[in-house]
Amino acid sequence: MRRTSSIGGPLTRRGLLRQAGAATLATVASPAWAQTMTSLRLPGGADTRPVTSAFPQKGAMILQRTRPPLLETPFEVYDQGVFTPNDRFFVRWHWAVIPTSVDAESFRLKIHGHVNRASSLTLNDVLALPRFEIVAVNQCSGNSRGFFQPRVAGGEWANGAMGNARWTGVRLKDVLDRAGVKAGAVQVRFNGLDMPLVPDAPDFMKSLAVDHARNGEVMIAYAMNGEPLPLLNGFPLRLVVPGWYATYWVKMLDDIEVLDGPDTNFWMKTAYTIPDTPRADMKPGQAGVTMVPINRMNPRSFITNVKDGATIPAGKPTPVRGIAFGGDAGVKRVDVSTDGGKTWRAARLGKDEGKYGFRRWDAPFTPAVKGDYTLMVRCTASNGEMQPAEPNWNPAGFMRNVIELTSVSAT
Amino acid sequence: MMRMILGFALVSAVAVTAAAAPARAPTVLKSVDVTLPDSSRTLPDGPNLSVVDGNCVSCHSAGMILNQPALSKATWEAEVAKMRNVFKAPIDEKDVAPIVDYLTAVKGPK
Repeated sequence: MRRTSSIGGPLTRRGLLRQAGAATLATVASPAWAQTMTSLRLPGGADTRPVTSAFPQKGAMILQRTRPPLLETPFEVYDQGVFTPNDRFFVRWHWAVIPTSVDAESFRLKIHGHVNRASSLTLNDVLALPRFEIVAVNQCSGNSRGFFQPRVAGGEWANGAMGNARWTGVRLKDVLDRAGVKAGAVQVRFNGLDMPLVPDAPDFMKSLAVDHARNGEVMIAYAMNGEPLPLLNGFPLRLVVPGWYATYWVKMLDDIEVLDGPDTNFWMKTAYTIPDTPRADMKPGQAGVTMVPINRMNPRSFITNVKDGATIPAGKPTPVRGIAFGGDAGVKRVDVSTDGGKTWRAARLGKDEGKYGFRRWDAPFTPAVKGDYTLMVRCTASNGEMQPAEPNWNPAGFMRNVIELTSVSAT
Repeated sequence: MMRMILGFALVSAVAVTAAAAPARAPTVLKSVDVTLPDSSRTLPDGPNLSVVDGNCVSCHSAGMILNQPALSKATWEAEVAKMRNVFKAPIDEKDVAPIVDYLTAVKGPK
């Protein structure tokens, strides 16, 4: 069962060509399943995407790529509450070979490497460990990449490659302690059931420092929002790394290896690296920039009930509301400007579900006279970090957290 | 069509659950078996389209290319080199330049 997939295992060049041919034939035979189109309003175009409900266990999602799936959460979902429903939660896979069936009986989570007792846990073994829950935002490193200017190659997301859930599972610390981490351990590496079509391509693996892995918050989730994870969100188990980008939240986690040296695999050493500068910011073409693995998230906030370009009534209240998160810290405050950033006032914060989660906010707004207004929202995290007015830039399109603008017209 | 009907049924079931009070997390995990849809999009006409079709849509569907912004020829050269050298796409050396030409023609600066 372990490596089954709708498109088979690793292939030779001939196999690849044959498969491409088969895909074309299947396309002709199958109905067009994309239902509507949407515009992501990205600068420079190529921003029209289908909205589809064709993916298993998923509702209406913005189709960024069919294979391997990249599905974006339509932005209106964030206005419905701080918890992103499982069937609307964004999806991002690196490699095309994704198991489409997982057998709960035969599935095993292996823990090995620099440990005293290498072990292999069944799902029931995992379920029997002390239960741990945390609310945390899962955000793609490249969320909002499509807004980078100059534009960069990659998954061309708008702001919907993020979601917030209540994660239930077990502490990674408990799993590691059960195996007994040996002295001299440096990192812990995580691998999932997905794999590349081409056998010698780099399997997707991510690592955390041992102390981080054992901090009592990093966990292995078997449920999100009270339900098993959708397969495309990592069923049956996924790593949850509160406050850190989703690249570390390895899906379909089945292998944990404790390393006695730093992990130099491609996905740590080369991919998912950022400039070692404030906000991962650099100039296009800038030379001599030191790159480091991406890590903690930064604060962000969004208006969710008023769309950019909307028309609202002059002289009447249009309260604005939205979501904010502090990155790897809580939300200290959210400020709103309705005059393009000249003046700010504090928004009212909603219930605190935990420092790593989305926080609801709202603020009154009545456009006194007819005309154009620029609405802005700014999150300050509990560690003092505040969203900046200028966007950051780096060649991979990571870590965007500029103050977002929403232009409206009062008539 | 069956798949679409099944898809809607699943969506309805999940929506009902989500609307209820926070559910208690499961104590049993049941096996899952799903089917992933394949892409109905094809690449637009352009120079060397057959070379691109033969090399570029095995590991990823056409949308990955179609959704890219206009990128320079140098950027497309780097992307094709990355696919070949890092991600080990089995692209013949002789096919690299034709692929870059196609991408630059279809997704290059206008």
